Amino acid sequence: MTAGKTGGLKRYYDLNGWLFVAPSLLLIAIFLVYPILRSLYLSFFSGKGMMMKFAGFGNVVRLWNDPVFFQALTNTVTFFIVQVPIMITLALMLAAVLNNDKLKFIGFFRTAIFLPCVASLVAYSVLFKSMFSVDGVVNSALLTVGLISTPIGWLTEPFWAKVLVILAITWRWTGYNMIFYLAALQNIDKSIYEAAKIDGVPAWARFVYITIPMLKPVILFTTIISTIGTIQLFDEVYNLTEGRGGPANATLTLSLYIYNLTFRFMPSFGYAATISYVIVIMVALLSFLQFYAARDRS
Amino acid sequence: MNVSRRATTVLQYAFLGTAAFLSIFPFIWMAISSTNKSIDIISGRTGIGDAFGTNVANFFSQVDVPLVFWNSTKLAVLATLLTIVVSSLAGYGFEMFRSKARDRIYALVLLTLMVPFAALMIPLFMMMARSGLINTHIAIMLPTIASAFIIFYFRQSTKAFQTELRDAAKVDGLKEWQIFLYIYVPVMRSTYAAAFVIVFMTNWNNYLWPLIVLQSNETKTITLVVSSLASAYYPDYGVVMIGTILATLPTLLVFFVMQRQFVQGMLGSVK
Repeated sequence: MTAGKTGGLKRYYDLNGWLFVAPSLLLIAIFLVYPILRSLYLSFFSGKGMMMKFAGFGNVVRLWNDPVFFQALTNTVTFFIVQVPIMITLALMLAAVLNNDKLKFIGFFRTAIFLPCVASLVAYSVLFKSMFSVDGVVNSALLTVGLISTPIGWLTEPFWAKVLVILAITWRWTGYNMIFYLAALQNIDKSIYEAAKIDGVPAWARFVYITIPMLKPVILFTTIISTIGTIQLFDEVYNLTEGRGGPANATLTLSLYIYNLTFRFMPSFGYAATISYVIVIMVALLSFLQFYAARDRS
Repeated sequence: MNVSRRATTVLQYAFLGTAAFLSIFPFIWMAISSTNKSIDIISGRTGIGDAFGTNVANFFSQVDVPLVFWNSTKLAVLATLLTIVVSSLAGYGFEMFRSKARDRIYALVLLTLMVPFAALMIPLFMMMARSGLINTHIAIMLPTIASAFIIFYFRQSTKAFQTELRDAAKVDGLKEWQIFLYIYVPVMRSTYAAAFVIVFMTNWNNYLWPLIVLQSNETKTITLVVSSLASAYYPDYGVVMIGTILATLPTLLVFFVMQRQFVQGMLGSVK
């Protein structure tokens, strides 16, 4: 592209190119590249506060013998393995139904289902906490309908606390994912559906055999994005459980554990940095899987 | 055939209706609860009460509302403007002045999208502590300004920017920064609007990093205030509800006024 240009022009072109991107690159270098390398460096040190000494792989050994870490890891993995498929399925079904222009009030439904995306993570977590109290509105409704006979301890029983976190994230993010599917669906040629209809293919089969294969790239993309988001889960569990990840660490996530190790107790920067690298590795692995799958497609 | 088609339609409406109701309900709950006493809220009262005035009065007596609102607004608007200026310059630069070296660096920039914040927060905190920036809004903004997402968004949008406009401006003797400022920015204003909405929402709702950095009441944002009110041993949910309303209203407003840009930005920033 620059081959035909004289030396002066090329220098002018290059200088301008660098000037436009320089501010961003400088900021990324200072506030992203340096900290991520620094975290790696810190993970070889142990000690409390600013009193740190070199520990080699001491933090990895500590990690291996730390039941709380394994609990946080298990919780984090449980959250994304259970929650992401539920949410993606729901979002797909909603998008498929909303793509039907013949239904009335489609604009209203679309906006309503998208609305949770606007809520701040803190605000909705706090709202959910009030709705899911023992005598709260959700338990009352379930009792009235007869689905349960005694109130559920959403915030006091380990199992139900996990369910609550999953319900909450699903509420917040289903509409977000749905928008991606709707946008993709609108690019699919309607005549394919018409042809299938004429051939007598029922609605569910059109969904399974036309919609899902056509949306495969978007589904893959949103799955990875959601999984990476859930691996980093923090705001919701912090605000549902007063920062403790309770009851009995049942909702403690890796990010929350790192926060607690660093900012709640006497800070163990080195050990917390080591745990943060567990998240880095998990995210890197998933991203690699995404690129691998994407390459496979083309 | 006809019966089954009608059944399908009914099912679809039931599905959509349930989903819409569940999606909206927490917002209605927030509005109703702001009129109830704390004890009524946690015992699931769904009627409108008469405690709205008391809740508002209590909220204003516990929280310096103008200050907190000013902190949130100042932070969100400033951080958003800086992000958009810096990141759109980069998006434009990467697309308009392509070279092998810059293409490689751009790939690295995209790679930073995968970096989880948990792996940055400890060094960032130590950095800010050493520079004496703990408890300042500058510390909140600095790490958010260069956003790989927004750089990517602007680079993608720049592909649609007509190079003829740029060439014509060059013939007229405009410098590169003038072309950017007087031609690119006005032509791309809808891209800028969409980016503004998305970045503003992110900044307004930002939580973890402000939670770490902002430790005094003078610097706290509305999000932090709501969170600390709700994590009290016996939270007054009536007061908390006023807080959640104040925290949610600006983003709701932006969403309803600029819904099209919101969706466009959301889809565009990750396309």
